[in-house]
Amino acid sequence: MNQPTNEVQGIRRIIAASSVGTLIEWYDFYIFGSLATVIATQFFPKTNPTAALLSTFATFAAGFIVRPFGALVFGRLGDLIGRKYTFLLTLIIMGSSTFAIGLVPGYETIGFAAPILVLVLRLLQGLALGGEYGGAATYVAEHAPPKRRGFFTSWIQTTATLGLFLSLGIILITRHSLDIDRAKSIAKFNDWGWRIPFLVSIFLVVISVYIRLKMKESPMYAKLKIEGKTSSNPLKESFTHRSNLKMVLLALFGATMGQGVVWYTGQFYAQSFIENICKVDFEQSRTILIWAILFATPFFVFFGGWSDRVGRKWIMMIGMLLAIITYRPLFGQLLSIADVNNKIELPEQKQINTTINPFAHTGNSLRIVSTKHFFSDGMVMTETKTDTAYADLSKTTIKPDIKLSKLISKNDYWMMVAIVFLMIIYVTMVYGPIAAFLVEMFPTKIRYTSMSLPYHIGNGIFGGLTPFIALLLTTIYSTDKLVGLFYPMIVAGVCLLIGVLYLRNKIDSDVND
Amino acid sequence: MNTTKRIAGILWMIAGPTAIYYLIKTALSEISKKPVIDTKIQWAVFVIVFIPIAIGIVIFGYYAITGEYDRLPESSAEITDQ
Repeated sequence: MNQPTNEVQGIRRIIAASSVGTLIEWYDFYIFGSLATVIATQFFPKTNPTAALLSTFATFAAGFIVRPFGALVFGRLGDLIGRKYTFLLTLIIMGSSTFAIGLVPGYETIGFAAPILVLVLRLLQGLALGGEYGGAATYVAEHAPPKRRGFFTSWIQTTATLGLFLSLGIILITRHSLDIDRAKSIAKFNDWGWRIPFLVSIFLVVISVYIRLKMKESPMYAKLKIEGKTSSNPLKESFTHRSNLKMVLLALFGATMGQGVVWYTGQFYAQSFIENICKVDFEQSRTILIWAILFATPFFVFFGGWSDRVGRKWIMMIGMLLAIITYRPLFGQLLSIADVNNKIELPEQKQINTTINPFAHTGNSLRIVSTKHFFSDGMVMTETKTDTAYADLSKTTIKPDIKLSKLISKNDYWMMVAIVFLMIIYVTMVYGPIAAFLVEMFPTKIRYTSMSLPYHIGNGIFGGLTPFIALLLTTIYSTDKLVGLFYPMIVAGVCLLIGVLYLRNKIDSDVND
Repeated sequence: MNTTKRIAGILWMIAGPTAIYYLIKTALSEISKKPVIDTKIQWAVFVIVFIPIAIGIVIFGYYAITGEYDRLPESSAEITDQ
């Protein structure tokens, strides 16, 4: 009677210890992305082309290219020396890099050393993330009972989303708590307060390292080690042996590639679309995502658990299918909600505020005209036009800078939360069961290496590039604001075809081999 | 079903080079439109990253044509070529 209770308690401890570490790694990784604009002004001044170049490298190289390398480096280590020490190492690398970013002096203080240091630390973050997930998923799966593998590993799956939630939450709280005056608080945050979310990470990491140090090695891996059956060259066995390589390719093209784009479209492109295309206010666009994440997160566990009964394949495939069919109408609805042409303006309430800041010795001035438009449903749109007011009245600025920001009404706000929630439900369908699915595809001795690479190519490259490629498509084909969605729809479509045709729905009852 | 899997393999083998052709074509056209360092890096990253993936899908297609996916392995012993 006591044995199953102890077993359940044991697995809960394992899940908690693994998940907290993975959650912190995701938090560390996301705060850099969420604070990219602030970091750019501190370390990568646009006026300096070399610094701007380093900024581009920091964005692309660390986020996307380095992650699969991390998967190879740490996956190999995990199969050679064990799961426990490897994902302890990734946690320490990630935590110390994040903390160090918070300490690097700005470009104005140490010049080029600043962006170079930040770039190196960001690369280390990418490497560590590449090694973390495979270790955590493998570790939990190798402890879980066969019939509940999907349920237990789905807790690891919640960490990526909760890490984003935590990073957005801590950033917003810090941004508003540095001064009683909101504007002053934001100014302080942009000046030095942005360092706080990075520095906070060290406390979280110390706790997590302490917890992980107390964990034991995975029983399956420990058994292999005692028997002397661990792989001597996991990279070679994973990627040069045809029988395993074919499974790596199937995992990538039949599952993780589609899962990656569905994930990044629902959680990242949706927020970027609401902010940059719909022109919704900075904070509203982020809190919409926070609410949607909060409501949808339990579904990772629901679909993970359900996959233990009905198999992993069809839940993931249906998630992709729903995404492909509904993305255009859903994003179209987001556009329509924020479209002022569908609203009635109250012209009598219009407010115009003009600020003129004279330039020294020229007689010209910087003119900022801020116009507030009010609408009957409660939406307020602020149009800020910045141009030069010339002393010579015959001269005008050819292309003034115009920025729009909409504070949407309560009803529209919750409507957007519901739409993003639905998109994150698709994420939970494709992402909830995938850890168990990947673990079951590969043998214990090369599992860490074999599952990490397709996961990080699918998520880091196919998924991670979604916001960039989608945005790029909207600049190439500027007449259709929804054109960016063709990238995730085509990638998920190909993945769906391959998955339906080639994947098996059978749950592997024995991963102990 | 196995025949469909094998025939579809041809499609995956064609998909790789086709994707790379269009990727390079678009990259060259976009770089010539806006020849600044940011555009060059961005497109260079896309091309460098997606070429190995395209090779991967060609290999996948080849395996599909040769019947490697007609039956998926049931146990780990079938996955390790020793």
